[in-house]
Amino acid sequence: MKLIKSIVRPNKVDDIREALEKLNVAGMTVTDVRGHGRQKGHTAVYRGKEYSVSLIPKVEIDVVVPNDLAEAVVTAIVESARTGEIGDGRVFVFPAEQGYNIRTGERDI
Amino acid sequence: MKLIKSIVRPHKVDDVRDALEKLNIAGMTVTDVRGHGRQKGHTAVYRGKEYSVSLLPKVEIEVVVPDAVAEDVIEAIMAAARTGEIGDGRVFVIPVEQSYNIRTGERDV
Amino acid sequence: MSSAVNAADTAWMLVATALVLLMTPALAFFYGGLVRSKNALNTMMMSFVSLGFVVVFWALIGYSLAFSTGGAWVGDLSRIFLRGVGLEAQGTIPHVLFMAYQGTFAIITAALISGAIVERMRFSVYVLFITLWALLVYSPVAHWVWGGGWLAKWGALDFAGGTVVHVNAAVAALAAAIVVGKRQDYPSASLLPHSVPLTLLGAGLLWFGWFGFNAGSALAASPIAGLAFVTTMLAPAATLFVWTFLDALRSRKPTAVGAATAIVVGLVAITPAAGFISPMSALALGAIAAVPSYLGLMIRVKTSLDDSLDVVAAHGVGGTVGALLTGLFAQKSWNGVADGALFGNPRQLLIQATAVGAVAVYSGVVSFVLLKVISLVAPLRANADDESTGLDVTLHGEEAYLHEG
Repeated sequence: MKLIKSIVRPNKVDDIREALEKLNVAGMTVTDVRGHGRQKGHTAVYRGKEYSVSLIPKVEIDVVVPNDLAEAVVTAIVESARTGEIGDGRVFVFPAEQGYNIRTGERDI
Repeated sequence: MKLIKSIVRPHKVDDVRDALEKLNIAGMTVTDVRGHGRQKGHTAVYRGKEYSVSLLPKVEIEVVVPDAVAEDVIEAIMAAARTGEIGDGRVFVIPVEQSYNIRTGERDV
Repeated sequence: MSSAVNAADTAWMLVATALVLLMTPALAFFYGGLVRSKNALNTMMMSFVSLGFVVVFWALIGYSLAFSTGGAWVGDLSRIFLRGVGLEAQGTIPHVLFMAYQGTFAIITAALISGAIVERMRFSVYVLFITLWALLVYSPVAHWVWGGGWLAKWGALDFAGGTVVHVNAAVAALAAAIVVGKRQDYPSASLLPHSVPLTLLGAGLLWFGWFGFNAGSALAASPIAGLAFVTTMLAPAATLFVWTFLDALRSRKPTAVGAATAIVVGLVAITPAAGFISPMSALALGAIAAVPSYLGLMIRVKTSLDDSLDVVAAHGVGGTVGALLTGLFAQKSWNGVADGALFGNPRQLLIQATAVGAVAVYSGVVSFVLLKVISLVAPLRANADDESTGLDVTLHGEEAYLHEG
């Protein structure tokens, strides 16, 4: 299996969820994070002083899928998350050696 | 080493932490996340319109452990986190290439 | 009629003025909680900024246009820069206090408009719009009803601003929602309130302040002030009562947002009637007013009109229903001024309807034209990227909820 970890724009979560539903990917975990790649942050002004806020709000979406589904899932996420502007995010792929269902105790592999 | 990533019900965090302490697992990282597998979300009503809220609050617990104890850790987490209802969550096992202690600069492997 | 300043009246009106001023920050909380967190500050600023710009121009010109003698349609410039506005009695309170009290009404009326166009309007343009609007729309309308203008001469009954404040702002809000256009993400599912507790806080503070809004409109510490105070307690209670059942009927779950909305609807509806009707009539008015506004919300959701925070359903429909029911329930034995249709004076209903119609037409047309003219020199909307990222960061350089450090 693969753990597919995506960092995306917050306003893209619904689009990505729909894209994953279409591929019958049932489970996903979503986390509010802050981060940046090459996207510049913004300048905040507080009490007359300027501050660089370079950590930008993003959302991290994790899904774990069988190997043969991984490429389709990555493509679906990338396409639904893309705007073409700097700051669209990234997708990382990790091997997942094992997966367990807590309720039933079953192993996925 | 293995990264053992668990998605559990928020009220199960203390139970899981106790179980890990018993196995002398010192470090863990806990994150508030939202997610779902097959568990249905709930319907929110706002100004007379209904909305599906399918991303449910969960907690993600991450521990990195030597290969030798991985299976014991997994069993302990699963036993502590289980209620038997849909929505108990999942445990994933991700291989870890390397790990560093920031204070001392030491490598674990 | 005494021409001396009365200590008791002055004491009460000092408090009432502070109460009504508090309503604008309260509105900021009410609206702020209902938008997404990335736009919380921008939304709240739209109320807070009114406390600056509208007040300044009220003192410089707005008060004169509203309350100096002038003609049937607008006051004159005799009181600009507060000339002739001193410590002498206006009624039984110092003239400067009367001016200040009326100013707090102008502030919140302008701020109410923001509810229809949150999360997408350029802030600088909004500030320009409400400043001009207060002078070109609020002041004349206030003059018509309270400044001795034509609606006052016709006998229109508007105790604390059902038409002057609520119908007025709501129609302007409608014009703004139409001209500015809908949010990019409307009508998607994730346009949910980011902090319902803030909205509840706002509703509670609005109710508190509204006692100054309604009971203070008696301009004296008098029995009528007492009546207006009591009706302001009973009507929203009845609205909340009925609304809870409406919510439960629709979705089997009474919501907190619904409760907050119901309170505001009840307060809006009693505003024109507060010192004119009996307490029992206030219960009836509040109960009745729940239904049209509730329906208004449900209808709006089905349209493509992005009146984001339902200013039309709460203030427009609520204010209209209240103004008309004033024409029904007004009781001379309570108010010493006039009876309504239920007490032998059906003509009052017609006068009320005329007042509502006239204010709606004037406000709608002038607001629409004003926005169109402004749009010729500056874009009304934030650009698409800014709207997507959030207006707090892009227009104000601030985040409401920073987790760093």
